[in-house]
Amino acid sequence: MLYEALRQNRRRTAALFVVFVALVAATGWALGTLFGDVRAGLAGALLFAAVYLPLTYFTASAQVIALTGAREVTEAEAPELHHVVEEVALAARLPKPKVYVVDDEAPNAFAVGFAPDRGAVAFTTGLLRIMDREALEGVAAHEIAHLHNGDSRLMTLAVALVGVIVLLADIGGRLLWFGAGERERRRRSDRGGPEALLLLLALLVLFLAPLAAQLTRFALSRNREFYADAQAVNFTRNPRGLIKALTRLKEAPAKVARATEATADLYFVNPFGDVKRWFRTHPPIEERIRRLEAM
Amino acid sequence: MIGWILLGVLVLFVLYVIAGYNGLVRYRNWAKEAWAQIDVQLKRRHDLIPNLVETVKGYMQYEQETLAKVIEMRSRLISGSPVERVEADNALTGTLRQLFALAEAYPDLKANETFLRLEEELATTENKIAYARQLYNRTAAEYNIRRESFPTNLIAGMFGFGPMELLAIPEAEREAPQVRFT
Repeated sequence: MLYEALRQNRRRTAALFVVFVALVAATGWALGTLFGDVRAGLAGALLFAAVYLPLTYFTASAQVIALTGAREVTEAEAPELHHVVEEVALAARLPKPKVYVVDDEAPNAFAVGFAPDRGAVAFTTGLLRIMDREALEGVAAHEIAHLHNGDSRLMTLAVALVGVIVLLADIGGRLLWFGAGERERRRRSDRGGPEALLLLLALLVLFLAPLAAQLTRFALSRNREFYADAQAVNFTRNPRGLIKALTRLKEAPAKVARATEATADLYFVNPFGDVKRWFRTHPPIEERIRRLEAM
Repeated sequence: MIGWILLGVLVLFVLYVIAGYNGLVRYRNWAKEAWAQIDVQLKRRHDLIPNLVETVKGYMQYEQETLAKVIEMRSRLISGSPVERVEADNALTGTLRQLFALAEAYPDLKANETFLRLEEELATTENKIAYARQLYNRTAAEYNIRRESFPTNLIAGMFGFGPMELLAIPEAEREAPQVRFT
C-alpha cells in the first residue's frame, strides 16, 4: 500500500508537470497567433521563461526565510527539536538540515532547500508548544520527506512557472487592449472564417491559461503533500506520530500571520485556514489522516 | 552493418554490467554507513552511562542493583560481534526504561537539570539506533535482493559480492515497531 502510494504520486506529479510546460507553450502560441507570428510567440514565451525562471529560482530560498521571519536556533537552545530532526534525517539518509523557528502561534512547519542535502526545516512556536515528541517526529519526517523528494525545489519552480504564465498573459492582454482598434480593421478586411475562429481560440487560451496554471500548481502541491506523508511513514515506520500531529492541528487556529500566497505551498498544513476545494494548496486534514490510517 | 549492431550490443552489455556493479557497490556502502551510525550511537550510549549512574547514585539508594546491572551491560555495547552488540543494547534499553520509570518516584531527581539532559540524550541515541537499524535492514535487504536476482546475480558472482546479515528486530518492538518517546 505504502509503496503503491509512492509510485502513484510520482506518476501524477510527472503528468501535472507536463501540463505546466504545455501551458507555457499554449500561452506562447496564443500570443503568436494574435500578433501574426506563431513561431516568434512560442520562442518569445520560452525565452521569457528561460530568463525569468532562474532569477526566481536561485533567490527563492533566502526569500522564503526572510518572508516568513524564521530564525535559526542552536542545539543548546532547542535540544529536543534538534534531536528529533537529526533522528529523522538519519532515517532518510540525509545530512541534518538547518533548524529554524518562526514566532507564530499558529502551529505549522515548512522546509526549504534546493538540494536535499542543503536544506532547512522551520517550525512555528505554536507547533512546538502543542506537539509531544512523537507528533513532532511525524511533522519533522514530513518536512524532511519534502527535502528528500526535492519538493521545495519543485514547488518553487511551479510558483515561478505560474508567474511566467500570468505575466505573459498579462502582457498579451495589455498589448491587445492598446492595439485593438488597428488590428480590428485589419482582421475585418483580410481574414476569413477559420482564421477568425483561431484568433478567438487564442484569446480564450490567453484568458484561461493563468487560471489553469494556478489550479495545476495547487493540485501539484496537494499531491506532493500525500507523497510526503507516505514518505514520512516510510522513514519513521510509524504513522501514529503524523496522525497525532494532524489531529491536533485540526483543532488549532490555522492562520499564520506572515504566510503569503507565494509561500503557502511550502507549509505543513494550509497556512490560511479554510479555502475552496480547487484553490487549496493542501489536501484536507481528514483526507490525509484517512490515507495514513490505511497504510 | 552487422558489425555495428554487434558493437552496439556489446556497448549496451558493458554499460549494463557497469550499472549493475555500481548499484551493488552503492547499496553495500549505504549499508556500511548505516552500520557506522549504529556504531557511533552505541559508543555514545557507552559514554553517557557513567554520567547517568553518577548523577542517579546519590538519589536512588534503593536501586543499587539496577544500577549495577546497567554498568554491567554497558561494557557489552562496545565488544563482540555487531549482532551481539545490538542485542546487548536492546537489553540495556529495557533496563534503562525500568530505571527511568523508577526515577518517577524521586521528585528531586526529576528536577535535576543534568538528569533531564541525560534522559533526553539517551532517548535520542536510542531513537537514532532504532532508525539506523531500520535503515541498515532496509538497505541490506535491498542489496541482498539485487545480489540474488537475475541477471545482477551473475555480476555479483563475478566480483564476489557476499550476502549481508540482517539485524533481528527485538521481540518487544515487533508488536509495535516503535522507538521510545519521552
